[in-house]
Amino acid sequence: MTVIVDLFVRREIGKVVYRMLITNWIEQLGKYFHFLGMAFSKPDKWRISGRRLLTELDTLGVGSLGIVSIISLFVGAVMTIQSALNLDNPFIPKYMCAYVAREAILLEFSATIVCLILAGKVGSNIASEIGTMRITEQIDALDIMGVNSVSYLAAPKIMAMVIGVPILVMYSIGIAMIGGWLSGIMTGLLSTEDFVQGIHFSFKPFYIIYSLIKATFFGFFISSIAAYCGYYAKGSSLEVGRASTRAVVASSITILTFNVLITQIL
Amino acid sequence: MITAKGITKSFDGCLRMNGVDCEFGTGMTNLIIGKSGSGKTVMLKSLVGLYEVDSGEIMYDGRCLQKMNKYERKELHKEIGMLFQGSALFDSLTVEENVRFPLDMFTNDTYKQRSERAHFCLQRVNLDASCYKLYPTQISGGMQKRVAIARAIALNPKYLFCDEPNSGLDPVTSAVIDDLIAEITKENGITTIINTHDMNSVMTLGEHIVFIDNGVKCWEGTRDEILTAQNERLELFLAPAKRARFGN
Ligand SMILES: Nc1ncnc2c1ncn2[C@@H]1O[C@H](COP(=O)(O)OP(=O)(O)O)[C@@H](O)[C@H]1O
Ligand SMILES: [Mg+2]
Repeated sequence: MTVIVDLFVRREIGKVVYRMLITNWIEQLGKYFHFLGMAFSKPDKWRISGRRLLTELDTLGVGSLGIVSIISLFVGAVMTIQSALNLDNPFIPKYMCAYVAREAILLEFSATIVCLILAGKVGSNIASEIGTMRITEQIDALDIMGVNSVSYLAAPKIMAMVIGVPILVMYSIGIAMIGGWLSGIMTGLLSTEDFVQGIHFSFKPFYIIYSLIKATFFGFFISSIAAYCGYYAKGSSLEVGRASTRAVVASSITILTFNVLITQIL
Repeated sequence: MITAKGITKSFDGCLRMNGVDCEFGTGMTNLIIGKSGSGKTVMLKSLVGLYEVDSGEIMYDGRCLQKMNKYERKELHKEIGMLFQGSALFDSLTVEENVRFPLDMFTNDTYKQRSERAHFCLQRVNLDASCYKLYPTQISGGMQKRVAIARAIALNPKYLFCDEPNSGLDPVTSAVIDDLIAEITKENGITTIINTHDMNSVMTLGEHIVFIDNGVKCWEGTRDEILTAQNERLELFLAPAKRARFGN
């Protein structure tokens, strides 16, 4: 008898928890789409939004060149060395190492990993900037003037990332190749000819397009999720920190999930 | 004239404003007073529509805020200037750009005309030209308040809302800010509503005073009546100030 009651109670509790989690999730999703709707409604002044887009391209895009360069250079180098050491077999031609490194960089590293890093850097930046504006009532000040605050604040950032991330990813591919080549000749594992041959071996231009499509989506997710988290921050300055943590976690999870989906589709 | 009828607002099931009725006249400085946490900010933000009230109506010269659609509300907001408790200046813009911001957003004037209007507003609040190019974090709290006033009046508002305009300021600067608000209200015939818990402001600005306690309106009157009012809760609120003024 008690077992049955116990089971019944547990099932009820399970249902309640399930319902709370799911409804909360759906509510958030609805709020997120509503936020996107506001972000892409007509801006109050095109000229001002345009100018903000240029500023954001500079801070978010150009400002990320440093970290993308360093990481790409080193990962490119490590990938080439690793494949050279692991493909140490007389039957496998040397240029295969460069080929393997190229595929890994083009397909996964430059789009997914670089975007995860940008989610950390740019995502937390966007969420804390907008979150601070929320708790210091700057967003209220915009609203009370009659400015569409979402479109004014979020749209230029989202556009800047949608344009900027694919460019950063292209750049990252280039730098990673240079890293690979440098490490190859400096360690003596690969010659320049081997490397160039590997890079050209069975090259599919579609992979670049594939990377760029992924990058565009990821840039959109990073910026819109971060702006959303910051915009709805409330309370004290502690909440700004929480909002930016939430932004990084949520956009990283979205990137990883979407990566699987896109890979399946394309 | 702004009229509020029976406005009620709760947060997470907790009633913060309960059936407040009041009327704020044109061309005068109306005060909302009450101790900290009594719901003054909630009242002000509900009046301007930053918080949606649960029930009741708010009329701006006969136009009902609750019945307005998104676009009508936007138009109304262009007639409203608001001064926030923490100034709420835009960190990424200079003093001059902050004041020019509403003009950039909503007028089609030339750059020269907008700059002139911004400078006029900054001079009106007696700010020195040397700080026009500074950022809000580089100027003092009193100056920030003045920039915020300049920004609020840039578009010639019909309604001005001030949330504790002199919180965190010394008595001299507070008096300057109070006088400035009173002068601007008279000059332009603005309907001004000010939140405060400062007795000096009450005595300088209190042409019409609404006292709220715990989200309920307890008393209404003028600065001439306030010291002699027979109201238990109001007397409790005034006791420290009276003691300081008249001894015992
Ligand atoms: N956005 C909000 N969410 C929940 N509670 C709030 C919110 N804003 C204000 N309150 C509560 O309403 C009460 C009145 O606050 P407020 O109007 O800020 O007081 P004050 O008169 O000092 O301005 C406080 O107890 C506060 O906790
Ligand atoms: Mg307050």
